Amino acid sequence: MAMACRSKVVASFDDAVRDIPDGATIAFAGFADIGMPANLIRALAKQGAKDLICVSNRTGGADVPPETADIGLLTERGQVRKVICAFTAPTRRSQKLRFAKYHEAGLVEAEICPQGTLAERLRAAGAGIPAFYTPTAVGTELAEGKEIREFNGRKYVLEHALPVDYAFIRAYRADTFGNLQYRRSQRNFNPIMAMAAKTVLAEVEEEIVPAGAIDPDQIHTPGVFVHRIVKVPPAPDGLWPHIDRLPRK
Amino acid sequence: MSGEPRGLTRQQMCDRLAMEFADGWIVNLGVGIPTLCSNFDFGDRLVIFHSENGVIGYGPLAPRGQEDAHLTNAGAQHVTLNPGAAIVHHADAFAMIRGGRIDATVLGAYEVAANGDFANWRMLGQKGGGIGGAMDLAVGARHVFIVMEHTTRDNQPRLVRSCALPLTAPGVVTLVATNYGLFEPKGDRFLLREIAPDIELAEVRKTTGTELIVPPDLRPVRLRSNQQR
Repeated sequence: MAMACRSKVVASFDDAVRDIPDGATIAFAGFADIGMPANLIRALAKQGAKDLICVSNRTGGADVPPETADIGLLTERGQVRKVICAFTAPTRRSQKLRFAKYHEAGLVEAEICPQGTLAERLRAAGAGIPAFYTPTAVGTELAEGKEIREFNGRKYVLEHALPVDYAFIRAYRADTFGNLQYRRSQRNFNPIMAMAAKTVLAEVEEEIVPAGAIDPDQIHTPGVFVHRIVKVPPAPDGLWPHIDRLPRK
Repeated sequence: MSGEPRGLTRQQMCDRLAMEFADGWIVNLGVGIPTLCSNFDFGDRLVIFHSENGVIGYGPLAPRGQEDAHLTNAGAQHVTLNPGAAIVHHADAFAMIRGGRIDATVLGAYEVAANGDFANWRMLGQKGGGIGGAMDLAVGARHVFIVMEHTTRDNQPRLVRSCALPLTAPGVVTLVATNYGLFEPKGDRFLLREIAPDIELAEVRKTTGTELIVPPDLRPVRLRSNQQR
């Protein structure tokens, strides 16, 4: 009963991001616009925190409309000091990436990290593992200056855990205690970013149900990792990027 | 580029690599051209497609109007799920990759060297890059196949003695399909295993950055259609 009473539901995205300070390290979940916390990002752009370190798979979508709420928007607003991503430049010459202009001009720092190493650094941070050895990137420029160690005749590079101050995530369903379920490929980075963060803000697509309404066996991220949850309102008030990207019928 | 590249079409290049997938293999397809491998008709063979975003066992592209807004493969294509599919998070998807559960990956590349090195994450003159999951796949998959055009837009070789661009991984590529044929890195040279039906050997030699090993009984690229004949 005590758990049920302590609701983590926050009334608005503005309220959810209000206390985020300048210089915070924030992980942004999502892959191909699915599971991307666009409403929280838009609220953060409005809130204006600066000097942010942004951890995400990519630095924002390519060839997106100017109002698109992703790391590209935060970059354009001058809020980003550094990104840690698996993609920091366009993958085709024809693509336009909002972030790239600022990076090329030396205004924003970028650390490129292989996607699996990025995922494992987040997982490790959440699991109390300070560093680990991985075969990924051995023999490439990304391993330069890092410790290399041989195990069973194979070389591995030492990578460090990536703890973050905040994670912005997006789930399909939540209860008031913050237990979360994702749907299909929406899961992607969401569970591991939630584990890696001190404070987790989740935007949720379905109506938030009372604690106990979701079968405990079917919970993907336990509420102990989640601190603030906000229901995404229907469009046009709420942002639904994964719906917007569907081909027009 | 002067008109369409000659030789094999992109689909034929991917079909030829897909013919190498054995029954029961778990396969990861890179973004772009490699995704065409899933169009191949595997017949009785079971091939399980794995995607970095945690989709294990995806099927054909969803028909227009029937896309699931919450479901894409790593190439952001709206796919369907085959019976037996499973969803995991990103760290588990990559645990499968580094943990040796992926039988083959098919990736695109800018350059492949005769010693099996390849480069596919930073274009010439670019700051930053797009690695995605390529470095993890390159060291984790049992077989690393590359599909790419035989030359650059400026007609420079992509099959080279050593890569000029920063490496994705050293010494891992086992097979390359280009529009000119099927190639195997052999250390200091490429073995031309099969040649595109309408391409002259002299043309392949001229556009490859190393010498070629050419078998005396060099055969045209096997494709499903000429297999059936």
